[in-house]
Amino acid sequence: MKKLHGIAALVAASFTGAAIATADENAELITNGDIEIVTKTAAPEHLSDAFDEVLSGWRFRSDQTQSMQMDDFDNPGMLGAENGADIWATADGSEGKSCADCHGEPEEMAGVKAVYPKWNEEAGEVRTLQMQVNDCRENRMGAEPWGYDSSAAVDVEALLASVSRGMPVNVAIDGPAQSTWEQGKEIYYTRYGQLELSCANCHENNYGNMIRADHLSQGQINGFPTYRLKNTKLNGAHSRFKGCIRDTRAETFNAGSPEFVALELYVASRGNGLSIEGPSVRN
Amino acid sequence: MKRTTITLVALLAGLGMANAETVAPADVTYEEGAVAQSLTGVAGNPAEGAKVVSTKSLGNCVACHEITDLADVPFHGEVGPLLDGAGDRWSEAELRGIVANAKMMFEDSMMPSFYKTDGFTRLGNAYTGKAHEGEVEPLLTAQQIEDVVAYLMTLQ
Repeated sequence: MKKLHGIAALVAASFTGAAIATADENAELITNGDIEIVTKTAAPEHLSDAFDEVLSGWRFRSDQTQSMQMDDFDNPGMLGAENGADIWATADGSEGKSCADCHGEPEEMAGVKAVYPKWNEEAGEVRTLQMQVNDCRENRMGAEPWGYDSSAAVDVEALLASVSRGMPVNVAIDGPAQSTWEQGKEIYYTRYGQLELSCANCHENNYGNMIRADHLSQGQINGFPTYRLKNTKLNGAHSRFKGCIRDTRAETFNAGSPEFVALELYVASRGNGLSIEGPSVRN
Repeated sequence: MKRTTITLVALLAGLGMANAETVAPADVTYEEGAVAQSLTGVAGNPAEGAKVVSTKSLGNCVACHEITDLADVPFHGEVGPLLDGAGDRWSEAELRGIVANAKMMFEDSMMPSFYKTDGFTRLGNAYTGKAHEGEVEPLLTAQQIEDVVAYLMTLQ
């Protein structure tokens, strides 16, 4: 009888182990055998009080999820980037122009994703990459702007991320962007909703710990847009923020709102030095 | 007929008594984070408490705390301390205070306040992401708090 219990416990333990297979936190990510992705590096200066090093969410995922990002043929997020490439080359709007007509091949945009969100001097505001793409659509192409985090917008963002893979995130937090960055920081540390949880509660103070079946990461966004196995589609960072704040039993902010633009700048800056790895794969 | 009336009177008296003794979230008295008085005057039921502790839609305490006694419930978290021996380490009053509003004892605790109805930032309507409207219900009822405390007291 006792032995039987022992076996049952063993089976239960191994099943649990399989179900929440934790990551090998020392694994290194090389995509397609040649793009070296920095998934762990020294924390940026502004974060030195909180962290010694910053870790990509990739390090917190299971071996199986990790491996899906090591080859573009296994990465379902690349289908979105490919669709983004089609959109890139297709004329749209009253001016009959495509993205490619002004910008050339997508590869010529390498490095752009790494510095967004970014201050736009003419507009006098910090803009995300999606906002900048929509500005092009409206004012250069004469096309309808896309809804924030809509599939076309996320696919083009995924394309632009994919051509920057391996390059370090390097968003500016000083100068004219500073006040927006401060606003994002304020939001990051605010405890929202009936559960009174801030981003920091989980992703700064408890990364590496399990919360029920979830392995908490640092909440880095260097891998966005990210293909989530949970909803089997590419997700923008704002949609992810929205889901997190909703889960604190709070009234969320909307994708594209000034609050989430500020939060995106701040969270991106926490990953300064990590590589761009979007479209990434997560659970 | 007479019997029915008597039963009804007794029932109403009982209800009235329970209502009178239920302490509203805003009226709970904390002393150094502990709450000496029962929130309902009705003894907690440890079996019900175990259900609240392990059920996602109720207390979901195991999301953050590991409890060996509930090893058959999958996926215990490791955000908060292990609750084995909680009933040994803490008094009933202390446990009641911690479950009702842990921040009264531990100012920066990440633990949600399960018996609190005000002071929230952007309170939502449950998990819809929309703004909350109307009266605010605490995360757990007074009796559920008592049940959880009764269960935790069994963890010796």
